[in-house]
Amino acid sequence: MTDKKEVIHTHIWHEESEDDNPFAAKRCYCSGYDVYGDLLGKISWFEYIFLLYTLEPPTPEQSRLLEGIAIILANPGPRDHSVRAAMLGGVGGSHGAASLIAALSVGAGQLGGAREVLLAMEYWQQCGCVLEKWVNIITTPPKPSRVDVWPEMEHTPGFDPHGASCPTPVKQSLNHLSTLSPKGNLSWLENNQTELEKHTDMPLALTGVIAAAFIDLDLLPAQGEMLYLLLRLPGAGAHALEQRDFGWRKYPFFRDGITLTDDPNTNPPS
Amino acid sequence: MASPKSLLEAENNWKTAMGLSFPGERVVIRGKDLFTDLKDMRWMELLLFGITGRYFSDEEIKLFEGIWVLCTSYPDPRVWNNRVASLAGTARSTATLALSGANALSEAELYGRKPDIRAYEFLVRCEKILKLEQLNLEEIVKQELNAHRAIPGYGRPIVNKDERINPLIDLLHKLNFENGIYLDLAFNIESALLTGRWRMKMNIAAPIAAIAADRGLSRNEFYNYMCLCFTGGMLPCFQDASDKMEGTFLPISCSKISYEGKNLRSW
Repeated sequence: MTDKKEVIHTHIWHEESEDDNPFAAKRCYCSGYDVYGDLLGKISWFEYIFLLYTLEPPTPEQSRLLEGIAIILANPGPRDHSVRAAMLGGVGGSHGAASLIAALSVGAGQLGGAREVLLAMEYWQQCGCVLEKWVNIITTPPKPSRVDVWPEMEHTPGFDPHGASCPTPVKQSLNHLSTLSPKGNLSWLENNQTELEKHTDMPLALTGVIAAAFIDLDLLPAQGEMLYLLLRLPGAGAHALEQRDFGWRKYPFFRDGITLTDDPNTNPPS
Repeated sequence: MASPKSLLEAENNWKTAMGLSFPGERVVIRGKDLFTDLKDMRWMELLLFGITGRYFSDEEIKLFEGIWVLCTSYPDPRVWNNRVASLAGTARSTATLALSGANALSEAELYGRKPDIRAYEFLVRCEKILKLEQLNLEEIVKQELNAHRAIPGYGRPIVNKDERINPLIDLLHKLNFENGIYLDLAFNIESALLTGRWRMKMNIAAPIAAIAADRGLSRNEFYNYMCLCFTGGMLPCFQDASDKMEGTFLPISCSKISYEGKNLRSW
């Protein structure tokens, strides 16, 4: 027996059950809207995603911004750490879920991953569009108040520690999204990119653009982290499926790429 | 300006002392041959050797293994991470996917690895402060409570008493590991909390962090050692739900969704 008092509290979802089965929903409402009776056929996927996360319908500008973000993030490409993780599932014949779990585990991180976006959004929350505050936070990054399972950040979030200059797709993305900047953060980023890069000594990364875009959508860092994880999965899945077909023989194995520095056969104990 | 120099140097070039396999021949782990040097190791011994590169005495390995037994996740599907394993079972997913999800949950704020490493960090910090005689124990405890409203390793969300402490103390007695700088400190902190007005008892994170520190594990080594500890309780939950009729693990009817959002409206 279920404890009568125990329920799932939610602002997102309401259900009415079918008359013949309390475990089957007749109507499902998302933030008050009948999903299958009203929204289906009327709204785009991005409008629905926005509604799910913010509980309000987006303006046309917000919807286009989210759609732009989703296209930019949909496929990080086969060199990306998270997509490589997914493809390793494909080449070895692992399950679809295994490839996506692998992509999420790797793509959650602080270099190019969702945690970096979360931290960059926290920087935005602290600095807004005030250059002086950005310079301060870049030169004196905040330390976490408590130890965590996450390692310490090794670079300014939103910038690329291995970059030579800002890559063209990052510039193109910023350029496009800044035309849809409801709160002006993306436009400010575009105008101040050079100055910020001078202080970080690193070029702007895609994570920095996306963080600004999520802030423009009024999302919280935890919401941005979640959406970033979610919106990068399509490419991971597609590449995993493709590599399953190619097979492991055609996938890099780095046969000669690893050097063992303490091989007992070449370094016998003295 | 940053540059890709480090990436260019590392392309197809990874130098490691951790190990490598030579298919059809041999396997090296941290400079030792798995099939000759390490073949008689216990699994816990191999795990700790892989994490730390160090050897531990038989008694220490019994202690580390004993901690895994006492601190595993109980086969109680009410516990959040175990419930993931049960849900995977009832939804007819696989055991490995069940463990992936359930283990991923296990570095939570409320339980698992985050409290573990925070307890470790608190004990080490506490010991340093006491050594420098900057503050006494009561003052440290007050300061920590003012900063975080909690002492890592002390108190528990559901019940104050931790049933794992006494069996752990028995194990420590059996193996003659009753004392250690950090273990003694862990008990002294509990005494300070109980004699003060806080009435917080030690939970298992404090003594196991203390034991790890006393046995020379760094914070990260302790974290890595504990990563898979909960697995023991997850598999029975998965198995149980897998063995029973699909979909019957604690189903939730529509009426158990308590909607507290916007009124019904049209798009």
